[in-house]
Amino acid sequence: MANVTITNVRKAFGSTEVLHGVSVGIEDGEFVILVGPSGCGKSTLLRMIAGLENISSGDIAIGGRVVNNVPPKERDIAMVFQNYALYPHMTVRDNMAFSLVMAKAPQAVIDEHVRRAAQILGLSDLLHRYPRQLSGGQRQRVAMGRAIVRDPQVFLFDEPLSNLDAKLRVQMRAEIKELHQRLNTTIMYVTHDQIEAMTMADKIVVMNSGNVEQIGEPLELYDRPANLFVAGFIGSPAMNFLRGQLRDGAFVTNDGVALPLPPTGHGAGNGTDGAPAVYGIRPEHFQLRPDGLPVTVHVVEPTGSETQVIANIGETQILCAFRERVMARPGETIHVAPDTALVHLFDADSGRRYDS
Amino acid sequence: MDATAQAASVQRLSFVRQPDSWLVRLFDYKPFLVAICMLPTAGLLLVFLTYPLGLGIWLAFTDATIGNPGEFVGLDNFISLWDDPVFWLSVFNTFVYTFVTTIIKFALGLWLALLLNHHIPFKAFIRAIVLLPFIVPTVLSAIAWWWIFSPQFSIVSYVLVDRLGWLDHYINFLGTPWAARWSLIVANVWRGIPFIAITLLAGLQTIPPSLYEAALLDGASGWQRFRRITVPLLMPILSVVLTLSVLFTFTDFQLVYAITRGGPFNSTHLMATLAFQRAIPGSQLGEGAAIAVAMIPFLVAATLVTYFGLGRRKWQQGEAND
Repeated sequence: MANVTITNVRKAFGSTEVLHGVSVGIEDGEFVILVGPSGCGKSTLLRMIAGLENISSGDIAIGGRVVNNVPPKERDIAMVFQNYALYPHMTVRDNMAFSLVMAKAPQAVIDEHVRRAAQILGLSDLLHRYPRQLSGGQRQRVAMGRAIVRDPQVFLFDEPLSNLDAKLRVQMRAEIKELHQRLNTTIMYVTHDQIEAMTMADKIVVMNSGNVEQIGEPLELYDRPANLFVAGFIGSPAMNFLRGQLRDGAFVTNDGVALPLPPTGHGAGNGTDGAPAVYGIRPEHFQLRPDGLPVTVHVVEPTGSETQVIANIGETQILCAFRERVMARPGETIHVAPDTALVHLFDADSGRRYDS
Repeated sequence: MDATAQAASVQRLSFVRQPDSWLVRLFDYKPFLVAICMLPTAGLLLVFLTYPLGLGIWLAFTDATIGNPGEFVGLDNFISLWDDPVFWLSVFNTFVYTFVTTIIKFALGLWLALLLNHHIPFKAFIRAIVLLPFIVPTVLSAIAWWWIFSPQFSIVSYVLVDRLGWLDHYINFLGTPWAARWSLIVANVWRGIPFIAITLLAGLQTIPPSLYEAALLDGASGWQRFRRITVPLLMPILSVVLTLSVLFTFTDFQLVYAITRGGPFNSTHLMATLAFQRAIPGSQLGEGAAIAVAMIPFLVAATLVTYFGLGRRKWQQGEAND
């Protein structure tokens, strides 16, 4: 077990820089998830920690030791690949034992480690099978087993669940979280799925085009996104954004609809009067209220537990999610009110959050 | 529903399907359809593959010569070959030729494939160059090699004697039995490497890079990654290429006939060249055919050994349990 410190790391492929100075501190035993859209550099960062990509500048330290020039096998890390990277010509047992065989461990130690890992993951009956004979979820477990057998200081997961179907993904999510609680080893986990990040992480690192946008606990990112990118990325369905201006302590959209502000004020400070701003409100933070804003219904999508309504405020399309069942028909007008305590305001130019 | 629509639906219900004609029913009959679809393929195979092969085998049991259809003589041709030292020499040569060239071709071809599998500058260009010996017509390259092996004009002798001064006489490449055999082996290796290198390269590219990355993290060294990942995963394609290469080499004719014509003193005759020599210039069609037929058991055996010995891997099978 070890902490991982990433200090001002940059990565360039030729003349194209894909990571522009990333710094992340990871505590011993923490479950950290790097999340971001495709091409944001999260997998590259993970592969740099593993030693599969070299570091253009900056430092990566594992357990206090800078590993920039340490070969992968001496970094004491284990990685689970997106496509599992199981050796197709080896049985489950041999796949899991491979790293120990390479390290010339005694046979008894190898057997014991493989047996224990197989037991943890429920693979004991499959040890003699080849990867081809396993289902997707079983292959996923073998890939994790191969990592567990090594008893590494840090586990690295590179989008491990993206090849599984939705139901299995939910199940494996819980299993990985449980595994972390059991082994208590530092985990770095890359995904583009913000639900995976929200449900599993102790700490989330949101990345976008080679930069870290925000680092924080899942609910912190949900409650207080630092900028428009994080606000739009975290949370499902995504937050509604309405563009407009702050005027005399109120928010008016570009097409002239006045929206209620938080009771504590908008926190934008002086001199922002008339400045372009973005009003953010999550779909689940609307309420049906007779004194609310009139909105025109386009589509009603009942999911059972809630009803999602796509509607227009002025010209802007918004999504509202209500716990109660809405019987509105397309074209009708309903009245909705944003929960003012949960409204987010952002500077339209920099995208930064106005702190209230 | 209004009145006309109701009338239409009533009319539709009263419609009775006419029975199909016997022709339609015949073509719906599966065994007939299978037979009629197979017929063109079977016919072509029969005419262009089975007939010449059958004729060749039949000739081997006759005393046919050019201009004389011959009569059935049973195993006479094979019995006379059994006591023919030149035939046994050709068998020996064929085995040496096949065995030695296959080993060298695979060693060099695999090495070349591994090199080409790396990221190197001008990769496509280099790959195209590697393929070159394979593109040139065999007879053309045979003439080039014949020139290289010439006793008077050999460039090899010229460099070694006149330029470097390492030897004091020109090498007689094709004049003595073993020198001639090795010369042919060199020419065959040169010609055979591209096929091996390119096919093995294709095989190498089917191995996912993440396996090497996983092995790297698992602590495998370069040699261990080659032995534990590359070799076993290459084995299926390797066995197919090996089978084909053995077949091509065992039945090689052009290169040998163009360079040495089996000489000196029949010492480089392969079974294929000897068969041709006896059958056409020697006009003993029956005997030539018998030599060619004698190759068949060897070829079948070689194919079975390489294909079943190396090709089938348990991990490739998809069964749920074993």
